[in-house]
Parts: sequence; structure tokens; C-alpha cells
Amino acid sequence: MEILKPAMAGTLESSDAQVTVEPGTDGIQLTLSSSVMNQYGRQIKATVLETLERLGVNNAQVTVVDKGALDCTLKARVECAVFRSCGQSAANIPWGGAVR
Amino acid sequence: MKNAVGREIPDALLTNGREVYQGKNYMDGKYIQKASPRTRRCEKPVDTKVVASLVEALKQCGAKDGMTFSFHHHLRDGDYVVNQVMAAAIDELGLKDLTIAATSLGSAHDPIADYIEEGKVIGIQTSGIRGRMGEVVSAGKLKTPAIIRSHGGRPRAIEAGEVHIDIAFIAAPTSDCMGNCRGIGGKSNCGSMGYAMSDAKYADHVVVVTDCLVPFPNMPASVEAIDVDAVVVVDSIGNPKKIASAAARISQNPRDLMMAENVAKVIASTPYFKEGFSFQTGVGGPSLAANLFLEQYMDERGIKMGWAIGGICGPMVEMLKKGKVGKVIDVQDFDLDAVNSINQTPNHFEMSASQYANPANKGAFVNSLDFVVLAALEIDTGFNVNVLTGSDGVLRGAPGGHPDTAAGSKCCIIVTPLVRGRMATVCEHVVTVTTPGDCVDVLVTDYGIAVNPLRPDLIECLDKAGIPHVTIEELKDKAYSLVGRPDDLEWEDKVVAILEARDGTILDVVRKIKPYDPNKAE
Amino acid sequence: MIPRPRPERFRLRRTMMFMNAQKPGLIKDAYIYGCDSIMLDLEDAVAENQKDAARFSLYHALKTIDYGDTEVIVRINGLDTPHWQEDIRVCVAGGADGIRIAKCESAQDVKTVEAAVEAAEEEFGVEKGRTLLMAALESPKGILNAYEICAASDRMFGVAISGGDFRKCMQTTPQPDGVDMLFARGQMLLAARAAGIQCFDTVFTNLDDQAGFEAEVLQNKAMGFDGKSLINPKQIRFVHQVFAPTEKEIIQAEKILRAYKEQSAAGVGVFTVDGKMIDIAFIPGAERTLRLARACGMYEGDLV
Repeated sequence: MEILKPAMAGTLESSDAQVTVEPGTDGIQLTLSSSVMNQYGRQIKATVLETLERLGVNNAQVTVVDKGALDCTLKARVECAVFRSCGQSAANIPWGGAVR
Repeated sequence: MKNAVGREIPDALLTNGREVYQGKNYMDGKYIQKASPRTRRCEKPVDTKVVASLVEALKQCGAKDGMTFSFHHHLRDGDYVVNQVMAAAIDELGLKDLTIAATSLGSAHDPIADYIEEGKVIGIQTSGIRGRMGEVVSAGKLKTPAIIRSHGGRPRAIEAGEVHIDIAFIAAPTSDCMGNCRGIGGKSNCGSMGYAMSDAKYADHVVVVTDCLVPFPNMPASVEAIDVDAVVVVDSIGNPKKIASAAARISQNPRDLMMAENVAKVIASTPYFKEGFSFQTGVGGPSLAANLFLEQYMDERGIKMGWAIGGICGPMVEMLKKGKVGKVIDVQDFDLDAVNSINQTPNHFEMSASQYANPANKGAFVNSLDFVVLAALEIDTGFNVNVLTGSDGVLRGAPGGHPDTAAGSKCCIIVTPLVRGRMATVCEHVVTVTTPGDCVDVLVTDYGIAVNPLRPDLIECLDKAGIPHVTIEELKDKAYSLVGRPDDLEWEDKVVAILEARDGTILDVVRKIKPYDPNKAE
Repeated sequence: MIPRPRPERFRLRRTMMFMNAQKPGLIKDAYIYGCDSIMLDLEDAVAENQKDAARFSLYHALKTIDYGDTEVIVRINGLDTPHWQEDIRVCVAGGADGIRIAKCESAQDVKTVEAAVEAAEEEFGVEKGRTLLMAALESPKGILNAYEICAASDRMFGVAISGGDFRKCMQTTPQPDGVDMLFARGQMLLAARAAGIQCFDTVFTNLDDQAGFEAEVLQNKAMGFDGKSLINPKQIRFVHQVFAPTEKEIIQAEKILRAYKEQSAAGVGVFTVDGKMIDIAFIPGAERTLRLARACGMYEGDLV
């Protein structure tokens, strides 16, 4: 998927993560901050990058402000932000396909 | 050298007879030579000991570079006194190389972080360390490793001369002109002044700081004029709103209530739950809520609690007034209900930290305790508890009376949610051992109960009562299945804090953390 | 990925607890409180501009969280909104046990949802008929059409009244004696029993009024409801207490079932237990009592 416009998903509440995607040209530029960075920073980074890869996002600026979200929440926020940026978040989501 | 809880303690720290932790009651029966202070005689009668300012008082006590100043934390997060004294000593008198020996420190003391960074404060000895001070110490900016002690370990260390206090500062809600102090009757009331008592007896000099001078004699005094060199009157010793909350309310959080109910069930299943039993609970959500459910079981069985100790708050005072508990004895008060009750309500008494929890004296209250209910930041599969460092490795907590009550009580129950956000509370290895696993008996979480295999008797009690329980490994596995297995923290060699066991041996050390940087290629 | 067993159309549903599907902290482990069903809400709890985000959260929650024996139902948005079709797709793809149809007013509404569910089962390769349905009646029209709604589909396991909207339509407010919805509750119960499905009462929203809550639960039980929707875990315990069978009822049910087994083996259809005449019509009730007793930890035998 191509990031067409800036989009955001998630909140800054505890156990959530706020994900922002913006158009980019030079691969994935990830800015990550997390309340559990020392223990889970690597896993969060991996989850975000894997999710983007599954969605076929190759170029984007991605900002993740993590407040201790579980992996399932991180995935949901990244996916929602990406689909929103393409104006495709409301219907016909490929559940079980690119979203899994 | 590895200690009894499997922690590697650097040999360089094992000097002057210092040993690593060997297990519960290792020092039992040994003799100590108590230290004594070198104090000034005040033979000639004076009209008053009130001096004009903190600077005056410091000068009168011969304050100089390299000294150790002591403080107590009854004013909690509302305390102004530590910052006022250190500003007078450092900014006005230009002193340096100072050590702060406090019963606890909190985010009220953020300004001290600057003195640490400037190298003016070179030593910290405390039970609790939080906020900016925790961050700068964790970052290795304090010249010597901080020494973290329990509330019982501190008076033990003072009496043994391991901490020598040059000047003790007593934050007093009321004092008379000679230095008789009480925790009530003023505008910044804190109730009990139990943590200050050993300081006043063992310091070379004692300075009382108050914002409410009352007529002589201020009786019954918590700290007595016979130990006081000078009295300083300041505008305010603290922010009353942060000293004692209006009333500690029992949590309405369903998770807390569920855990609290299970705590009460466990207590009621043991043989210690009988007429006259003794009890201490923390003020955290589920710990405090345990009071509520415990009362129901007491009514059902028609029994009363003999006595309760601890930091005390409203719900326990309420039980005292209703006649459900015989005596309440506190070293600290957490809310106005408790502050207004101590020494006022019949059978509500004050005690010193040594009386409360010192492992080296001959009759600390914790040694007669049946139950204690405590919280934890982390607990590992060896039942070792951490209440000092966050799971990111940064200092942000306080052992307080945790290790003392756990070691002394017949049944120590830890109550904590299995995970907090993405942090696994039940884990493989705690970041820092602050209470050794051989002192912890039962763990109650929102996902189940586990009993320490060292206590087959309690396992039998739970089984008889039909209370389901699992192994702590199962709870750890469940936690990791929810949040993922955390990566091991990475440390530098530098030791930033020494965690002293209550008996004076070394339980653990905290090293400087190497933070993970997601932008660095690996 | 957590495989969920095939949902049971008729199971114990004393308590159904609502949870905002958009709140990660809430949905991750709502089952620990021991309610029979959790109701993940895509409708009122989720703001209009977060409906998309809630679906992504819901999908991954359904796929990753082990809810154990707790039934997982999703409340979808009304058929008058642009959201319900995608709601159904995500429920079926994620493997929710059932769907609660909001603002249901006719058998046609049930059939419309059923068709979309069937299409989604086809699309995502889910066993046909797996996804159960229940209807929420929120309007006078829904109550009047209760029977046709209850009987509209084999997937229907139950029907519930939704008090907030219904009372607004009826120009009334909650009353201590329940008179405000007495007729509607009665009509819905009749319809549900006639159609052979379960029936659930609405939520009690004033968490500070425990006495009012308890009175309502006692009335629910007396009227014959199967269970109640809840908004807070602290409400669970009382409902389970009230809906638990008495010791006497359990003993009676055991006797009936044991006697029935013996007598029917001997070819006898009508017999007496403690002097009372018993026939096959008593059997489902006795079985329900023992199943309930088992769920309440009061029965460990093997008759059910």
C-alpha cells in the first residue's frame, strides 16, 4: 500500500499506542518511543516493521508512541493508520489476509 | 560473590566485614557494639533554643564539608524541609561532599538531583528513591553508590554505627522553644513521628525545624528536648495536601477488589486467623481493600483482631473505633483520619522505626506479626520481590518496611496484578531483589494464587478451604503469554546503588542501565 | 492464534458484560472476572470516527486473546448505519461466538444480518452456521414484533431488551419497582419462551445504587430471565448468587433425573418422586438446574 496522506490511529492512554504514518520516499523511517523500551523496544520495532511489510508499505515516515501496548494492539494501530492514510479503513478490509 | 538469592555481589564491596546475604535470620544471636553519639552538654539554663535561621543552626552545630545529614519522611511528598536544609547548607554556606541519610525520599526532593549532578551531594542513604533523584542516581551521577535500606535496617545500621549522623533534622509539625516535638497540633500535621526517633537519639546534633511554635512543654513529645540542640522556625515545613490525603478510600477498581477478596480468603484459611490475630497491610489498592473483606470474615467467625501496625490510614482507624481491633500502633500515618486519631483515640499508639522493624533489637513488632499484605513491582519464580527498580532498571521505589514485615510475619502475602500494561509483574528474575523469596509465602494475582513451596503447611490450608492455586511458574508463563517475554536488561559495570538486606548483608546491587536505542543498528 | 471451539447455542448465560472494543486495556482480559459472556461493543461505546479503529482492535483481540470458556459476543452497529456490514465481516473473520443485533425491529432485520453473516462465513472459510445471533429490542416496534424476531433464524440463541433507548421511546425512566418496563419485559419473555430461545434483561447503570441493582436482579430471576447484561465486573457476583439454584432444587433435580433414568430404562413414562407425579416434561428443567448448579460450583455429579 502507498501512504497517500498523513494519518493517525490509537491514543496515549496506558496499554495503547499512537501510530502516525506520513508519506515518505526513502524506505521506512521509524521513530519509536516507548514506556517499556528497555525490555520490549526490539519486539515493538519488529512488530511494527513486520506489520508494515505485510501491508506492502515500503515508503513511509512512521511514528509510534507506545504506552505499553500489547502486540495485538500495536498491529491494530499500525494497520488502522495505514488504511486511513489510503482512505480505505471503513470497508472491505482484508481480514485474515494482509491483516492478520 | 554470589549470595543466597543468586545475585552476584562485586568483591570490591565486601570490605570492613561486609558480607553477602546468607538467608533469613543469619545474624540471630550475634552480639553488636552499639555506637554512641558525641553530643554537646547544655548544662547552663537557656530561655530558648530557637535560632534565627537554618544557616544559624547549621553553624551552631559545626556543619562542614563531608558531613552526613539525616531526615525523616513523615511529610511524604509534601516535604519542604530536605530542600530547605540542603539549600541553606550548599547555596548559603557553600558546603560540599555531603551525604543525605533519609528514612525515605520522593519526588518532593527533585531539586536535590541538581546537587547530585553538581557533585555537592555525594552520598544518599535512604529507603525510597523516586523522581529525578532516582533518574540521576540510576544514570551514575552520584559519586558513591546509594545505599538502600529497609525501615528496620536503617535503625539497625544507625545503632551499629554503620551510619553516623552528624546532624539530624527533625521536621516537626509542632515544637516548643526547647525542641519537644509532636506530629499534631500544627498546620502541617503528620501524626506519628516514629522514623525520626532513632535519628534524634543517635545523631551528634539535632535540629528541629517547625512551622508552629507552641508553648513549653509540648507533651507528650515524640522527639524530646533532651536530644535537641536548636530549633528553627520556618514559614512552612510542607504542603499539608501532600502530607496526608483527606481520607484513603478503599479502591472501587473491580480488579483490586477481586484480588483483595482472595487475600482475605487466604488469610481466613490459615490457623493464624483466630481471636487476637495481628495484621499489617499496605495502602495500595488491593492491599487496603483486603481490610474490607477481612472484616467480613472476622464477623463471620466472631473474632477480633488483636493489634495492627504499620503505616496506618482511615479504614484501620475505623476498625479500631468500632472495636474490631484491640490496638493500633504506627510508625507513620497516611491520611487525616489516622493523623487525627493517633494518641487521641484510646489504644492508638506511636512507635519508633526500631520498635517497628529493627532486626537487631529484642522485640520488634514485626517479629510478632501474624499477617502482612504487601504489594510488589515484580516478583520472580523464586518468590523474590522487587519494590525498588522499575522493570526498565531505573530506581523508582522503596523497600520501606516490606523486607522487615515479610521476614518477621508468619504469613506474608504479596498481592499484585499479573501484568501492568506491558510489564510482567510475575517474572523469571526480578530486576533487583529487595525482599528475599524465603520471606514471602503467598502470591495473590488477578490470574490466580501461588504458594511458596517452602510452605507446604499453607498449601494444605488452601487445599482444605477449597481455594484454587497454581505454581508461580504457571503464573509467570501466563504473564509472558500475554505480554511477550521481555528482553534482558543491559547493564554497565558501575554500581549505582547497594541494596542492603535488613541484617546489614548485601542483598543485591543496582548497576547503571544501558538504555535500548531503537535507531541504533544491531 | 487462539482457536475457539464451536459456539453452543444453548449454554449458561447468566451474565453478559459489556466492554468497549476500542479500549485495549479493557478487552485484554475481561474474562478474569468470571462472567459467562463478554460483549465487545462496536456500537454506542465507540465514537463515530473510531469505528474503523475499533474493528482492527477487535480482530486482533479475537485472534490473540485466550478467552477460555467465556463466550465472546460482539454488539454490531445498527442496520441504519454505514458500519454494520463491515462489523459482521470482522466478527466472522475473527471467530466471534455470536453477534448481537442492535435496534432489531423485525424478523427481516434478523434475516438481513443472517444473510450477511452467511456471506461472510463463505468469504472467510468459516463453518456455515457457526456464528450465532441474538437480538436487542430497543423500541416499541421491536417489542411488538418480539415473537417473529425470536423465531426468525436457527442461529438465534436469545433476545435482550435494551432499557436506555426503550424507556426514551416510552417516555419513561427507570422505576424502583420496574413498572416502567414490566409489560415489555413480560412480552419479550413470552416471545422468547414461545420460540424456545433465551431471554436477557437490560443493564443497570447506576453503580452507586447497589440496593436498586439487587432489587432488579431479584425481579429478573422471578420473572424467568436467563441472565442479565452488565456494565461492571462488580455486578457479576450478585447475579450469579441470585441465579444459582437452591440446595433443595438441586437435590430435587438429581432425584428426578436419577428416577427418570431408571424408569425409562424399564419402559415407564410416568412415575412419582417424593409423592409428586413426574413425566418427561420435568426433565429439561431438572437438567437446567443441574447445569446451573455445576456452573455455580454446587454440583459435581455426572447426571448432566
